[in-house]
Amino acid sequence: MASKFTVSHRSGWLMAGPAFGLMVAFVLLPFVFAVAFSFTNQRLISPNPTEFVGLTNYEQLLGLGLLTLDPLKDASGAVQMKDGEPEYPSLRSYTRNNPDYPQYDGKREWFSFSSGGDARTFVLASDVVFMKAVVNTFLFVIIVAPLQGGLALGLALLINQKLRGINVFRTIYFMPVVVSIVVVSILWKIIYDGNSGLLNNILSGLTFGAFQPVDWLGNTNTALGAIIGMSIWQAVGFHMVIWLSGLQTISPTLYEAAAIEGASKWQVFRYITWPGLRNTAVLVLIVITMQAFGLFAQINVMTKGGPIDSTQTIVFQAIQRGYGKQDISGGSAISVILFLIVLSVSLVQRYLTRDKEAK
Amino acid sequence: MTLHKTIAGAMLASTLFAGAALAQTELTMWYHGAGNETEMVLVNEMLAEFNASQSDWKVVITTFPQGAYNDSIVAGALAGTLPDIIDIDGPILPNWAWAGYLQPLAIDESLIKDYLPGPKGVWDGKLYGIGMWDAAVSLVTRQAYLDELKLRKPTLDEPWTGEEFQAALDAAKNSGKFEYALDLGMAWTGEWYPYAFSPFLQSFGGDMVDRTTYKTAEGALNGEAGMAFGNWWQGLFKGGYAQATQDGADRDSGFASGKYAFSWNGNWAALGALDAYDDVVFMPAPNFGTGSKIGAASWQLSISATSKHADGANAFINFALQPSNLARFSKGLGLIPATAAAAELTDNYKAGGPLAVFYDLSQRQGLLRPVTPGYPVAAKIFEKALADIANGADVEATLDAATDEIDADIEKNGGYGH
Repeated sequence: MASKFTVSHRSGWLMAGPAFGLMVAFVLLPFVFAVAFSFTNQRLISPNPTEFVGLTNYEQLLGLGLLTLDPLKDASGAVQMKDGEPEYPSLRSYTRNNPDYPQYDGKREWFSFSSGGDARTFVLASDVVFMKAVVNTFLFVIIVAPLQGGLALGLALLINQKLRGINVFRTIYFMPVVVSIVVVSILWKIIYDGNSGLLNNILSGLTFGAFQPVDWLGNTNTALGAIIGMSIWQAVGFHMVIWLSGLQTISPTLYEAAAIEGASKWQVFRYITWPGLRNTAVLVLIVITMQAFGLFAQINVMTKGGPIDSTQTIVFQAIQRGYGKQDISGGSAISVILFLIVLSVSLVQRYLTRDKEAK
Repeated sequence: MTLHKTIAGAMLASTLFAGAALAQTELTMWYHGAGNETEMVLVNEMLAEFNASQSDWKVVITTFPQGAYNDSIVAGALAGTLPDIIDIDGPILPNWAWAGYLQPLAIDESLIKDYLPGPKGVWDGKLYGIGMWDAAVSLVTRQAYLDELKLRKPTLDEPWTGEEFQAALDAAKNSGKFEYALDLGMAWTGEWYPYAFSPFLQSFGGDMVDRTTYKTAEGALNGEAGMAFGNWWQGLFKGGYAQATQDGADRDSGFASGKYAFSWNGNWAALGALDAYDDVVFMPAPNFGTGSKIGAASWQLSISATSKHADGANAFINFALQPSNLARFSKGLGLIPATAAAAELTDNYKAGGPLAVFYDLSQRQGLLRPVTPGYPVAAKIFEKALADIANGADVEATLDAATDEIDADIEKNGGYGH
C-alpha cells in the first residue's frame, strides 16, 4: 500500500536519493559499526576472532580513583620536605602490583589537590591521556566558540559597508578558509618555529631584541594557545560570511528609521542589528562548537598531541588508537563518547537559545 | 540466463588462457619508494632486466610514498586486493605475517647463506621477507673535533663507555663552539625513535618488551635498566646537550654547518657528511653496560598470502638477491649490501672503502627490534614515552605507563601468538 507520503513525494525522494544514500553509507553505517565495535575487542589487523567484551573499553577510558595520602614523616614526626614541598609516598607503590589496593591497579596520577592540612588527594585515572584530551578539547571549544564567533561578527560589521574596493577585504578575510587546513597547519608550524620562526622574529623586532624567542609548539604552556590562535585565524572567515548574510537580511528601513530618531551607533547595534541576528547567532554558535569538538588536522600536522599531552584532543586520540595502535574497539569507544558529548552540548545550547517569546 | 553466463565465462577464460600462453604472466608489485627518483630509477632498471631475462613473468610495479605505504597495505589486505609482491619494513613483518597477509618465501638458500642477520625477515621459524640491504647508525663527528676536545677515538672493539660519552658531551658543550653537543635527529618523528633510540635502552640492559617470553614489558622497559636509561635520556635535554624539538632543516644540514659536535645518523646520510668535511669519523654507539647496540633490518621483499603466482614472485626475489643487484642499490643509494661478496663490488663498502665501517657495525652490533607482531604498537608507545621524557615528563611514571599500555595491548591480542 503506497501512502500519499511515498507516492506524491517520489520525485523528492529521487532527488534526495544520492545524498541520502551517501549519508547512510558514510555517516550512519560507520556510526552503527562504531557503537557495535566499542563493545568488542575488534582489532585493525588480527587473525584472532572478535569477542564481545561488554563495557571494558569504556571502563578502561573513563576509570577514575581518589587516593588521599599523608606526607612522609621522619623519626621525630616532622613532615619530610623535598624541594620546599612536603614529600608524599610514591604513588607507584599503590598503583603497581599492590594487592591491598586492587582498585588503583594500573592507574596514573592525573592531578592532585590539597585536602586539608598536609594531606593531599590524588586523582588517579586509568587513561590519563584520554582525560587530558577531553580537558583540552573542552578548553579549545570554550575559548574558540565565543572568540571566533565574536571576531567573525566584528569582521562582518567592518566589511558590511558600501566602500570602494570592499570586495578586496572580503576576499582577504575569506582566503584562509579556502586553503586546505593541512597547508595552513604546515605554514603555521613554520611561523611558530622556536628558532627562526616568523612570529619570534616579528616579536623580537617589535621589542628591539628584548623578546626572548619562544618555542611556541614545543612548550607545554604555549602549544594549545598557539593552535587555538591559528585555528581561529583559519576559520573566522567562514563564519564572517554567515554573519554577513544575516546582516544583509535586516531591512534597511529599520536603519533609516533609527537614523531619523537620532539613535547612536551602539543603540543601532543593540536594538536593531543584534536582535536581527538572533537566528544567525544560534547557527554560528552551534556550528563553531561542533567543528571545534572535531579538532584533529592541526594537531596531527603540528604537534601530534605533544609536548607531554598538552595538545591531545578527543578525535586525535580516536584516530591514534584505531589506526596507530590498531585498536579499532578503543577508537570506536572514544567516538561514541565524543558523540554523546557533542549531542548533550548541542541539546543544552538549543535549550538555552530557544525562542522564549514564542511560547 | 545461467547458460549465457556460463558460455560467456568459458569464452572469457579461454581467451585469458590463450593470452597467458602467448605472453608473460603479470606479477603485480607494490613499492614504498614513490618520490625518491634515484631509488625508482634503480628499481625500474632491475624490473626491466628481470622481465627481459625470462619469458614467463612480467613484474608490473605500483609505487606509494613511504608515509602512506603501510596504510595502503593494510587497506589492501582488508579489501583483499594485495599484489603478488610487496616490500615491507623489517620490524613490522612479524605483524603482517601473523595477521596472515604474507606467505613464506621459497628462495635459494645458497643466496642468503652469507647474509647479514638484519635483512632476514623471520617469523615463527619461517622466512617471510628478505632485504637487499641493511642500514646502520653511527655517531658521526670530525677528527678535528676529537683532537680539539682531546677525546679518544673509539673503535669497534673498544667503543666509548657511557662515562666517556658523557665526558665527550661535556667537553663539546663547554667548548662553546657548538649550538648543541649532540644531534639525535629528534625532528624525525615516527619509526626513527624506536629504530635509533631503543638500542641505547638495550645497551643499558633494558628492552621494549621482555624478549624471553614476549608476553610483557614489565621489568624490561620499567626495570632498573629502563629507569637508568630514562634518566640518562632526560639528562641529555635537561643538561642542554641536545634539543627536544628540532627543526627538520637542522637535522638535514646542522652537522654540515657546524651546529653540532656529534650526530647520531644513518649510513644513508653518510655520503652527505663526507661531502661536507674531509675528516668525518663514523664511530660505534657508546656501550652503556651490555655492549654497543644499533638497530638492524630495513626494507624487505615479501609475497602476499593471496598471491596466485608465488612461483613467479619467488623467481623475481631470487633474481633480486643476485650480488650485482645488491651492489646496484648500494652504489646508487649508499645502502649497506646484504652480503660481503656484494660489498666487494662497491667502492664505498669494499674493504678499506669510506663506508666499510657501516658493514662492520651492522654485522657486529646490529640488533633486530623485538621480533613480535606486537612491535608496531609497542613502537608507537615507546616513541611517545621518549618524546614525553625528553620534554620533561616524570621518567618513572612515563615508563610505567608505557609498560602498562604495551602489556594491555599484548593481552588484548591474546599474546600475539607467542
